[in-house]
Amino acid sequence: MKNLMEHMGIEPERLHFSWISSAESTKFVDVATKVTEAAKSLENKEKKFAKTKPKVA
Amino acid sequence: MNSYTDKIKEISKRLLKEDKVDMVVGYRKGSVPLMHQPYIAQNEAEVDAFVWDSSCGLNLANYITDRTERIGILATGCNSRNIAVHLVEGKIKREQLYIIGIPCKAMVDRHKLAAMADGDITSVEEDEEKGTITIKGENFSETVNKADVLQENCSLCMHRNPVIYDELAAEEVPEQSTDEIDPYARVKEIEAMDPDEKWNHFDDLLSDCIRCYACRNACPLCYCPLCFVDESNPQWVGKSMDATDVRTFHFLRAYHCAGRCTDCGACVRACPVGINVRDFTKKLEKDCLELFGWEAGLSAEQRPPLDTYSPKDPEDFIK
Repeated sequence: MKNLMEHMGIEPERLHFSWISSAESTKFVDVATKVTEAAKSLENKEKKFAKTKPKVA
Repeated sequence: MNSYTDKIKEISKRLLKEDKVDMVVGYRKGSVPLMHQPYIAQNEAEVDAFVWDSSCGLNLANYITDRTERIGILATGCNSRNIAVHLVEGKIKREQLYIIGIPCKAMVDRHKLAAMADGDITSVEEDEEKGTITIKGENFSETVNKADVLQENCSLCMHRNPVIYDELAAEEVPEQSTDEIDPYARVKEIEAMDPDEKWNHFDDLLSDCIRCYACRNACPLCYCPLCFVDESNPQWVGKSMDATDVRTFHFLRAYHCAGRCTDCGACVRACPVGINVRDFTKKLEKDCLELFGWEAGLSAEQRPPLDTYSPKDPEDFIK
């Protein structure tokens, strides 16, 4: 899945997979921080998979 | 390919006569050149409509799912692999099938020929000995080497002979090897691009898509009673021509075929605007080979990698 998304042009920084148990709060914080940082590094890039045209009725 | 056609007719008639099968799935001449239609012959007289040449590109495995009859079916390498996929997925039982194996000499690309033609193609002739195809229209006639106008998936095919069959209609043909050709050259080209280039490549690729779903309908793997794009509650994907919706459709459909796609090329052949849908599926095929050592449809027993769990499954992408 990750491979095909990246093959299609999604930056690796946008897509993350992780396995976190409900007991692993520190891991969650850690992963969330890393994901946010990675995504922020793409701030100036065009949005992908975001609809820009208005919805028709 | 008269020798093939005659042999196919002979076998089909025999099967129907001896009451071994209720029907035989093959091809008859299509209403337009280069597009032979899948055709189900239910008696000996109907078998006479069968043809076999280089325009038999749609996948016959598409027409046998959930059937209860005893079926005779023609199967080239890729078609036989799709039959194997159906057997694994329980869409048909082996004892219902009599598989007539066709060692495949590759199909021609109708989009390539149409691009060469100066107007509409009205007739096509194939010279088996010389290996040429002649297309004719109102004001033109052009003869080309068949080898130059093959469907891309056929020119990269590693399994021309059927992997599963009850009887062969001809002698096996030599297989190509990875020493001569790299089936994944095009995938590697795309892989070498940076993310923006990749994104633009697929934007260009899909810019002509009219969401007709011909690729899905031609695909033997797409047998879901209700496709995710047709469902309205919940609506998984927008039905508009928005580029995001179009891409979501193609990307998800391809993903549903991961580890099951045999690169038969029916999707590309069915596409009215000539989109190379295989740019998606070929990548998945390559990944399945590299990550799981898996090629779809080579066994009628083993379940596909995304359908099974193994402790050895690669998981480097999970952090």
